[in-house]
Amino acid sequence: MREVQLIKQFEERINNGESIEPKDWMPEKYRKQLIRMMSQHAHSEIVGMLPEGNWITRAPNLRRKLALLAKVQDEAGHGLYIYSATETLGVDRSDLIEQLLTGKAKYSSIFNYPTLSWADIGVIGWLVDGAAIVNQTMLAKGSFGPYSRAMIRICKEENFHKKQGFEIVATLAKGTPEQKEMVQDAVNRWWWPSLMMFGPHDSDSPNSEDLMKWKVKLNSNDELRQRFVDLTIPQAKAVGLTVPDPDLKYNEETGHWEFGEINWEEFWNVVKGNGLMNKDRLRARNKAHEEGAWVREAARAYAEKRETAN
Amino acid sequence: MSEGILWEVFTQSKNGAPFTHAGSLHAADEEMALQNARDVYTRRGEAVNIWVVKSEEIVASSPGESGPFFDPGNDKAYRHPQFYKVPKGVRGI
Repeated sequence: MREVQLIKQFEERINNGESIEPKDWMPEKYRKQLIRMMSQHAHSEIVGMLPEGNWITRAPNLRRKLALLAKVQDEAGHGLYIYSATETLGVDRSDLIEQLLTGKAKYSSIFNYPTLSWADIGVIGWLVDGAAIVNQTMLAKGSFGPYSRAMIRICKEENFHKKQGFEIVATLAKGTPEQKEMVQDAVNRWWWPSLMMFGPHDSDSPNSEDLMKWKVKLNSNDELRQRFVDLTIPQAKAVGLTVPDPDLKYNEETGHWEFGEINWEEFWNVVKGNGLMNKDRLRARNKAHEEGAWVREAARAYAEKRETAN
Repeated sequence: MSEGILWEVFTQSKNGAPFTHAGSLHAADEEMALQNARDVYTRRGEAVNIWVVKSEEIVASSPGESGPFFDPGNDKAYRHPQFYKVPKGVRGI
């Protein structure tokens, strides 16, 4: 069958709301976009363990420590779900990991910011996981079966992440003046990077058009960003915190919160690898990979030994 | 193959329920595949049983031929109860 016809059939299936499965015919561009997007997503889950792992040994009590350990373990699991789903498109996981370790692959820039205080752990759960949920709830309705199924599973688990984060934020916000100051400082530092998580403006997002036509994405970056702001501002108000945006105001007519312009220079600078923690994160990932080599070798040797014994 | 063999994971949510595909993972042998499946796919009590199957050993129908392949089952309306008429007023058939 000719390519044009195949694309037409493919797009009809998408428009009918059908789910595309790994062995179905798909345009090469669809496959490539998905591999790019899904592997970046998987890398983000894995690198995302680092800023939070930084505070596990210093959690203020056992309850918080248990929650943080479980959350970080979840992030590892999420990375694995998405790597598995990406592999169904015919790529090898070791190639993807190699791209991450050599700095060739991107991951979410949010993880290139440092976690300076305990309040950051609360604010990450609330804002960063909150923004991720807005994005992933959309991705769960996407057209590629393995990706959307992984997202459904992940969204269920992320709700705990967000809630435990907000509990930390609310507790600090009604604590001593020093605690309140600490949590406000964390919000001030994480607010803009959280808004940047949704990516460039639609007009500057080169991949958005195809991704939306093929229902890899169902909403634009700006739509999702607006949804997140509308959801979050009332939550901030409820615990007496503010966001660092002098232009923020509620529009009675539209029912939306209007917000100021994002510092895109900072955004692109971090994407290009010049964020505060880019080098640190890659160094930590490489170190973990190298130090874990003996575990992989031992597992393989043990499997081989049992194979020959049988 | 630095990550080991690819396994498909199936979980049973409760006793008597069917096994459903949960995802896949890499592991060097079956014992490790089971343990990894537990850690990756059942952290919140999602399963009472797990199957792991080597991915390469699964034989699948091909999506491109699903039309003719499933055709024998699609044109036999008489296999469904709705095909048959029941006289008015008769219940419990």
